[in-house]
Amino acid sequence: MSPVVKRKGERFTIPGKYLLFILTALCVILMFMTFGTNVFNKPLNTALGQVVIPFQQGISQAGEWLSRRSEELVQIRELLDENARLRDEVAALTEENTLLQQDKYELNELRALLELDEQYGEYQKIGARIIARDPGNWYTAFTIDKGSDDGLAENMNVIAGGGLVGRITSTGPNWSQVTAIISDNSNVSAMTLATGDKMIVSGDLKMMADGVITFNKLVDSKNVVVEGDKIVTSDISDKYLPNILIGYIHTINRDNNNLTKSGYITPAVDFEHLSEVLVITDLKQVVEK
Amino acid sequence: MLRKVIVAFMIFLSFLLESAVFNHFALGGIVPKLTIILTSSFGFMRGEKDGMVIGFFCGFLSDVFYGGVLGFYALILTYIGYINGKFSRIFYPEDIKLPIALIVVSDLSYGVVCYILLFLLRGRFDFLYYFRRIIVPEALYTILVTVFLYPVILKINEKLEEREKRSAQKFV
Repeated sequence: MSPVVKRKGERFTIPGKYLLFILTALCVILMFMTFGTNVFNKPLNTALGQVVIPFQQGISQAGEWLSRRSEELVQIRELLDENARLRDEVAALTEENTLLQQDKYELNELRALLELDEQYGEYQKIGARIIARDPGNWYTAFTIDKGSDDGLAENMNVIAGGGLVGRITSTGPNWSQVTAIISDNSNVSAMTLATGDKMIVSGDLKMMADGVITFNKLVDSKNVVVEGDKIVTSDISDKYLPNILIGYIHTINRDNNNLTKSGYITPAVDFEHLSEVLVITDLKQVVEK
Repeated sequence: MLRKVIVAFMIFLSFLLESAVFNHFALGGIVPKLTIILTSSFGFMRGEKDGMVIGFFCGFLSDVFYGGVLGFYALILTYIGYINGKFSRIFYPEDIKLPIALIVVSDLSYGVVCYILLFLLRGRFDFLYYFRRIIVPEALYTILVTVFLYPVILKINEKLEEREKRSAQKFV
């Protein structure tokens, strides 16, 4: 007799083995269905977002408050030193800024002369707060408290402190998931600001302990790229807007093939102490095929 | 019914703690896997079926919020719940060694499976590095949390079982 047949007066139960099979099949089907498409994203993201996000917001604020208090105590002395250093830096930067403003004035004049639209000047931005982090320990992704209701959409670029944080990889009505550029599964098309040499910047879990990420496929046949060069997102990327600062070249090595170079980049963003980010709501223009 | 509500609440709470609280207390960027503690302990306390279902929902939550595809973490945690459920026959509430051992082994195997599927298949071959950097610290941090969390889970389960026994006797 089959074990699933209902006997008289007994509650209907499924044996463990069958349940395991059902759940496995369900998972596998779900994986196949969601591999290329996002059929379930909308309803699931909406439904679960309504339940989970408000709690995450509250808890995250409480947790942040606690960890801030404990950090503050440790850091007061450090901050005093830093403050003095930063004051000097502010003075230097103010001077530099005036110079740059002059340049900008000139640039605007010249642009007007050339009748160029302001291409990368000002992007529309929305501020958002990080409320949760991927607990998986393998990839670096986090949840922010704004979603499609606030006008966010997939592939929007996320910045903080003047540097690129990552891009939105999925959204619900009141939350979005941001995959960071330091995540092991992230690749960004980038270029050097000065010379426009293209490269691919990849997150690397292994190098993250040293606070750097890797880059490769840099051609640089004229050997002009040097350590300390500014790296920005390239203009040929189809997901990232051009000229957003990624970081600075930390080390640079010639590959074994003698054609390309690779090395490490120090990201401009302090990913460990990130709590607020800006989402650029302009999307990169994509050519429909 | 009460059991379902309470277990659902616990799944929800452990996911919240894991994602929103422990990232402020991450040691070296490592967060303990509360959902594994929950799945595995309900597995060996209650048997395969409870373990599987709880594992499935725990994994499904991570999938929706952080997974690339739905069902990935759900599948891994379902199996963790099922295998832990096999040990419910030799589980005694007084014994703490078996639960700790099972949770550690579950977390280690979760780490290894994640490494294989997420990293090895993309050509990241330095297993030892990831083992030392992610898998072992995660397991250690998870044990540390288990020591405090497991007695709570055990107590809740005992209370629920007592209640169920009482309401069953009423009908006799």
